[in-house]
Amino acid sequence: MTENADGEGRPVGRRVILGILGLGAVAVPVGARLQNVTDGLLATVSSKDPTGLTGLLPGGGGFRFYSVAESIPHRSPADYRLTVNGLVDRPATYTLEQLKGMPRTRLVRDVQCVTGWRVPQTPFAGVQLSHLLETAGVKAEAKAVHFTCFDGVYTESLTLEQARRPDMLVAYEMQDKPVTTPHGGPVRLYAAPMYFYKSAKWLSGITVTDRVIPGYWEPRGYDIDAWVGKSNGRVDDSTG
Amino acid sequence: MTRPGEPSELIRRFTTAERWIHRATAALMGTALVTAAFLYLPALAELIGRRSLLVTVHEWAGITMPVPLLAGLASRAFRSDLVRLNRFGPHDRGWVRATLRRRRHPSGKFNAGQKLYAAVISGAALVMIGTGLIMWFPRLTPLFLRTGATFVHDWLALLVGALVGGHIWMASRDPEARAGLRTGVVPRSWAKRNHPLWEREQPGGHQAMAAAGPGDPSAGSDASPLG
Repeated sequence: MTENADGEGRPVGRRVILGILGLGAVAVPVGARLQNVTDGLLATVSSKDPTGLTGLLPGGGGFRFYSVAESIPHRSPADYRLTVNGLVDRPATYTLEQLKGMPRTRLVRDVQCVTGWRVPQTPFAGVQLSHLLETAGVKAEAKAVHFTCFDGVYTESLTLEQARRPDMLVAYEMQDKPVTTPHGGPVRLYAAPMYFYKSAKWLSGITVTDRVIPGYWEPRGYDIDAWVGKSNGRVDDSTG
Repeated sequence: MTRPGEPSELIRRFTTAERWIHRATAALMGTALVTAAFLYLPALAELIGRRSLLVTVHEWAGITMPVPLLAGLASRAFRSDLVRLNRFGPHDRGWVRATLRRRRHPSGKFNAGQKLYAAVISGAALVMIGTGLIMWFPRLTPLFLRTGATFVHDWLALLVGALVGGHIWMASRDPEARAGLRTGVVPRSWAKRNHPLWEREQPGGHQAMAAAGPGDPSAGSDASPLG
């Protein structure tokens, strides 16, 4: 027996550390592609998981939580108000009940995040943005629509042409349930053909403007016209 | 408390410097894990808010995590323990198999499981710091690397959480090992049971060391032959 039983032997500890560093260095560049695989697997598993525990895994249950606000804002369905103003003939403020009284549209599309994750076949339901604009009466000089949120921070924009598409919703249901607070409830925007950062959570204001006012992310490096697969240097399949 | 028939001789396992390295690292790791949970899990995020503060605390807890270890390199006792953790001797072979079959297997100051834990958590922490920096300074890397870094950071965080959870669980079942990290000394009988090859190295044998404890003048001395 030697003086120091651990003093000699092979430096396995160092090899393990270097091995993990090597794995990490390989995993980062291929991580985006690996994520597509795990997202697909998790979507299959979580659809059959009654406990909801897979929702705690990265990408489990599909969505990842993002918020740029200090805290998650809360507004009850009763307190919720949506204002429509700017270059319109008839500015208005709506309650959630009033929105639900308008023609309802349900869309089932994929949700595609600009950071890579995708949630297949997610139902959203609400009022078409075009219906709200028509009701308000858009003035001739109007060119764009600006969205504000009751988190006090987030904003988004669409051109008037984009906003009038039938797949742009003011959504109060997601996955056939009321939109939850973390998902942007009671009411959020759902811009189906665009990357998900366009689908502003906690929507509280729609202002018709004479030019596009870039939203929160756009001065921070994301494209204003955020068509899925045709912007932000990405090549995703369309969400349709 | 002295149990009858059992010599209460204590032998030194960790110096003051080593115990503070462990405490500081544990505090940083705990902070990083708790802030991660409050940023990542919507139910917890909804509860507390204050995201920019949480992000700042998380980033700094992560980036400073190696500092206690690096500062600790000044301690000879700590360097010598790092050598012990790094080297896997002939006696470490078969430890995992024996332990899985609930058989005892002789170990030195650290058993093969502790050595593997030290290596894996160190490697994982370095990868977490690297991927964390990519997300902290997003302008420095293209989008696909950021996506990959987020992916690795998310999954590795779960592994780190499980490893640290397991580490705490093992400690919760061994009060003498915990006392070793709290006071620096362990009963010779415990060492004989769990780390017999190390116990044999410790001078003293059957004559009890005089009141080894926090007041022991040799505590924290890197020149201690017991380090």
